[in-house]
Amino acid sequence: MAKKPDLLPGTLDMLILKTLTRGALHGYGIALSIKRLSDDVLTVEEGSLYPALQRLLLQNWVRAEWKMTDTNRRARFYTLTAAGRKQLGVELSQFEEMIAAIGRVLSDAREA
Amino acid sequence: MLTRMVNKLSLLFSRQQFNDELNEEMAFHRAEVEKELVGEGMSPEAARYAAKRQFGNETKLREQSREAVGFQIETVMQDVRYGVRQLRKNPGFALTAIVILALGMGVSVAIFGFVDAALLQPLPFAAPNRLVAVDEKSALFDRSNLSRDDYEDWKRLNHSFSSLEVYTGTGFLLRTASYTEPVPGGRVSDGFFRTLGVKPLLGRDFLPGEDRPGQAKIVLLSYSAWANRFGSRKDVIGQTLNLSGEAYTIVGVLPREAAYAPRGSREFWVPLLDKTGCEQRRSCHNLDGIGRLRDGVNMQSALSEMQNIAAQLARQYPGSNQDQGASVMLLSELSVGNVRPILLTLLGGAGLLLLIACVNVASLLLVRSENRRREIAVRGALGATPARLTRQFVTEGLLLAGSGCFAGGLFAMWIITLLKRLIPKDAADSMPFLSKVGANMHTGGFAAAIALLAALLMAATPTLRLSFQQIHVGLSEGGRTSAGRMWRRLGANLVVVELVIAVVLLVGAGLLGKSLYRLLHVETGFDVTHLATVQVMAPDKTYANTEQKVALIREIERRVASLPGVMSVGVTSDLPVQCNCDTDWIRFVGKPFHGEHNEVNERDISSSYLPTLKARLVRGRLMTSDDNASKPQVIVINEALARKYFPGEDPIGKKVGNGALEPKSIREIIGVIADVREGGLDNEIWPAEYQAMLQGPDNNFAVVVRTAQDEKAMLPSLVKTLRQIDGSLGVFGEITMQQQIEDTQAALLHRFSTWIVAGFAAMALVLGVVGLYGVIAYSVSQRTREIGVRMALGAQRGAVYQMVIRQAGRLTAVGIGIGLVCAVGASLLMRSVLFGVAAWDVPTLAAVAVMLGVASLAASFLPARRAASVNPCDALRAE
Repeated sequence: MAKKPDLLPGTLDMLILKTLTRGALHGYGIALSIKRLSDDVLTVEEGSLYPALQRLLLQNWVRAEWKMTDTNRRARFYTLTAAGRKQLGVELSQFEEMIAAIGRVLSDAREA
Repeated sequence: MLTRMVNKLSLLFSRQQFNDELNEEMAFHRAEVEKELVGEGMSPEAARYAAKRQFGNETKLREQSREAVGFQIETVMQDVRYGVRQLRKNPGFALTAIVILALGMGVSVAIFGFVDAALLQPLPFAAPNRLVAVDEKSALFDRSNLSRDDYEDWKRLNHSFSSLEVYTGTGFLLRTASYTEPVPGGRVSDGFFRTLGVKPLLGRDFLPGEDRPGQAKIVLLSYSAWANRFGSRKDVIGQTLNLSGEAYTIVGVLPREAAYAPRGSREFWVPLLDKTGCEQRRSCHNLDGIGRLRDGVNMQSALSEMQNIAAQLARQYPGSNQDQGASVMLLSELSVGNVRPILLTLLGGAGLLLLIACVNVASLLLVRSENRRREIAVRGALGATPARLTRQFVTEGLLLAGSGCFAGGLFAMWIITLLKRLIPKDAADSMPFLSKVGANMHTGGFAAAIALLAALLMAATPTLRLSFQQIHVGLSEGGRTSAGRMWRRLGANLVVVELVIAVVLLVGAGLLGKSLYRLLHVETGFDVTHLATVQVMAPDKTYANTEQKVALIREIERRVASLPGVMSVGVTSDLPVQCNCDTDWIRFVGKPFHGEHNEVNERDISSSYLPTLKARLVRGRLMTSDDNASKPQVIVINEALARKYFPGEDPIGKKVGNGALEPKSIREIIGVIADVREGGLDNEIWPAEYQAMLQGPDNNFAVVVRTAQDEKAMLPSLVKTLRQIDGSLGVFGEITMQQQIEDTQAALLHRFSTWIVAGFAAMALVLGVVGLYGVIAYSVSQRTREIGVRMALGAQRGAVYQMVIRQAGRLTAVGIGIGLVCAVGASLLMRSVLFGVAAWDVPTLAAVAVMLGVASLAASFLPARRAASVNPCDALRAE
């Protein structure tokens, strides 16, 4: 199996928040969603997912409630809070800034 | 930030729910993954394993999630639980460590409590560092009392003090329901309490001018007198109180702190008023001065001003004031000056004991961490980070230190109560700071500091040990050698430290014990056995003139002599072995005189007093009952006086008088006795003169009785007889001579310090020897294989014995050697509390060396025997 690229450090929280903008999801749903949307490039390790979710809960960026799934199983669904939405904005702009900066450096390197 | 804290806190309290929810969530996730894999065509069995594998270590995951949100407290509590389990699994170790720590800590906190109360806490007066004791200074005394005339001149002339006041002790006879009780009182100048900054609790203070002769008789009650004798009633102010037959009006009640005034427990305070017989002479010194330094004046300038004034008075009144200087010292020095060296000695001893206790516990911890190397290695291999392992050890160390220090705190309180109870009441009265000893901020802070140090030590020791180690070394048995050697070296060094401390404490205890022995067996010049003594205070109103006083003394001697079991009875103004005090300045008729002060102890005695003591007559005769007021005055002197002032002469028949050789002061020397010790056990013998009491009787005296049998049994009937003679006599202080000698301050302080330091030394000896045993036993257990090999190769059992004992012997020798050097140094520091024994007393040093040597050999004998009885086959197979 080819080695999949690791998530850029610090991006997991942002990815989770972004995923949740489309509606409430449980942990497995979040992992699946990220995997599908990235065409299987990004895999969220369960080992980092749940600690990250707890962190977000603690910051009040997401809210959790127990609901029934389509298959009638109890699962914890996470929804984005207003504060989370704001945080996502902050993180997105920071991320874009960084990507742009990296891009500039890389293009410069190519020209040289 | 705040919401985060709140969230965290709420999580902390609903931990169970948090865990359940997390578990359920993860189970759901796994199930979904499983379903997906089955959907992709995997068998259900394989899918379950794959899901599990993908999920990874579930426990670790849970911990990570928890760590993300939880406080460290959870893991801390886990550590604590684990630590407690570890300690419970090994109760011997835990108990030993806790007991050793509690001992060391308890002892040092208790001693610190005394040191703090005596030396550190300020007197409970306003601005106590500006309060000084102001006194005269004579050729023989660094600090001697003021005379009233000198005081009045000093007060008038000085510019250093905003106020200069005096106090002196006195006694009152107080008639109670059953008998006449003599109670201690004080006479003070009017501003005495104002100067201290003490305000009456009730009523008023003495007003300026109220201490002059002829003023009204008024009295201030001490707090204890008010509480005990007047039931703390508010209406005592204005009432009349009969003291020694005179009516005094109560004007106020002093607060409790006034008991810290330089004279201990005084019940009634009155103004100076009329001059006593002594106060009418400038040469008679009976007052103590206190002054409050003016702003901007320091001790040095105050002292030099007072010295100038004293020099001026000496020129003005050469007869009485020649060579009289001045002394100014901090008031706080007064009550603690003589206990300071003892207290510091004890504190030093306690500190050493604490050190040895800590070293001992540290080496115990080392051995233990050594034994736990495999456990640590396994935990490390299973993924415990070094930080986590360190925290575990720190937690265990803190647990130990915490319980040890808690026990130590309780132990300290117990020791303090015990020590306070051991101090006799009379001695305690002169040390008012004792009431401040106990649980307070200072002792609490000191205890906390020790606890913190202990905790640091106990946490650091195994952690240090841990950092030396690599996991794979710990896992493999063979890695033992290097680590073992490391520990052996450290352990051996610690044992040497313990032995050194034990030597220092043992030598200290030995020297103090020898001092005490020397002190109690010092030559007193009389037979101290079978002597009962009691103090008598007769009311001046009833016994006003010489005839009445003489009649009382004669009656007392007659009635007491007729008691069954009494061999003889005598009366004296001062009992022996008390103090070089109540002195007189004498001048010898026919000898050159330049106004110098020939200061001698002066005692008024009845004719039967010296025979009752069994004092030895060297020359001439003793006085008889015929030497009364109608005859020329006669005195008996001691050999010290004869040696000093009549070298190579026969003093018998020579005459002495006062500085002016007034005719009424002239008396003739009729006899010389061998020195009777009048001063304290550790004071030098002073010249003394004994005057005939019948020629100048006083109303305060002591009765001394030589009994045929047990003198203690005589005391009650002695007191009863005296009270029968006259119910208005104050009869008090009944005690046997031997008890009195043992209760003198010098003996008390020595006995106290001897017992305490001996206790320290015993503990240090046990700890040191146990420490040595531990090191040797551990080393033998580590070398079992080596010993097996040696024996297999033909080493004799004797050689193995020798090898082990030689190792112990080397440690012991080094410990004792360094210890002896340190001990001599420490003893030099405590030279001032030693009596009649040098700091390098060879017998003591030798005895300590032999004792410790023998104890150490005994301690190493057991492991040596174990080593020698090793079966080579077993030892080799064990690996």
